[in-house]
Amino acid sequence: MTIRHHISDALLLGYSAGQLPEAFSLVVATHLSMCDDCRAQLAAFDAIGGSLMEECDDVALPDMCLEATLSRLTSPEMGGSPPRTRRGVFPAPLVDYVGGGPEAVKWRPIGMGVRQAILRTAKGASARLLYIPAGQNVPDHGHRGMEMTLVLQGAFRDEADHFGPGDVELADEDLNHTPVADFGADCICLAATDAPLRFSGLLPRIAQPFFRI
Amino acid sequence: MLDGRISELPDAPALRGSYAAHAKGVLRHREGLSVTPTDNKGAEAAEKWVALVGRVRDHQDREAFAALFRHFAPRIKGFLMKSGATAGLAEECAQDVMATLWHKAHLFDPTRASVATWVFTIARNRRIDALRKSRRPEPEDLPWGAQEEPDQQEVLELAQETDRLGAALALLPEKQRVLIERAYYGDLSHSEIAAETGLPLGTIKSRIRLALERLRHHMT
Repeated sequence: MTIRHHISDALLLGYSAGQLPEAFSLVVATHLSMCDDCRAQLAAFDAIGGSLMEECDDVALPDMCLEATLSRLTSPEMGGSPPRTRRGVFPAPLVDYVGGGPEAVKWRPIGMGVRQAILRTAKGASARLLYIPAGQNVPDHGHRGMEMTLVLQGAFRDEADHFGPGDVELADEDLNHTPVADFGADCICLAATDAPLRFSGLLPRIAQPFFRI
Repeated sequence: MLDGRISELPDAPALRGSYAAHAKGVLRHREGLSVTPTDNKGAEAAEKWVALVGRVRDHQDREAFAALFRHFAPRIKGFLMKSGATAGLAEECAQDVMATLWHKAHLFDPTRASVATWVFTIARNRRIDALRKSRRPEPEDLPWGAQEEPDQQEVLELAQETDRLGAALALLPEKQRVLIERAYYGDLSHSEIAAETGLPLGTIKSRIRLALERLRHHMT
């Protein structure tokens, strides 16, 4: 699997600083689970955070704090919790949100064979899974805010480029696109937006509030 | 350590605000880029923290923990207060972060992060919990622990690379550095964060990339 479209530095910095809305963090964490290149780049951003903290003006703690902390220490959890692992094409962070692998998703049809499932995340941005049958297209849509789409299975092509497993497309307000799934395999994507999608056709627009897309 | 040095400068009282920060940066810069071992203070200190975390992990050494606490807890507190926490909350979180360091010492990999970096990531997560009351999904875990001791040369190289990055950060133009600081203190929303840091991230990234490749190789 060769990933060609990675997480942008701005988003990695935001993730490292802990400033991304939960839905975006979910897409970033899922991509990082598939891409050691971005994992290493994130570690570089974390190192900036470490340097900033190291150079931060220190503020003394009352003496009793060390004693209080020492008294809380128990034997380290050597084994700890079992490692979180992927299920099928879902990396661990996504498994946490779905409550299982691809078979556990509660899909809802949104027309033309396309299905989606909204994932519960904090306000400010929303995350959802999309299922696009092979060869099918997602209704033409633009965005008011930013949209991140990560391919988990299959591939799609739109006006901008071609996206395969692990690839992330970052779309802003300027991009009106019609993603079309490749022939050969149904396409499953994880997408996050910080504003509702804006569909060009009349019918999808009427349907939108009901589907929360 | 560095603060002490600055106060030894004859004109130390005149150093204020950004100028003082810049002077501090220049000191760090010289240390970071120097090749003579005697001047390699930043990386040496970083290796010391790695050794102390190792003692916590292997021997539940409370003295080692106390030394780490005395260095890092006040910095975590300062960092969290700059992020908008009250002194009381910052203190409570700093203690939680240090307790996490104790309990998760076996997960620390010194070929991929310095102790300061690791502590930062724990503090950041604690801050998201305490101040934003939201979740930050984490990537899949990389197994660490039941393997051989990390290669000391790799640990040293990572420490040096981290030190160089810190030096470069201190030498950034004021305006740029302030923007990065604001991002990490949580002052900027994700849409305000700019992509260009102006920092040489390539070398530290390649080093960590190699460490990840070795880790993946061990797993298979």
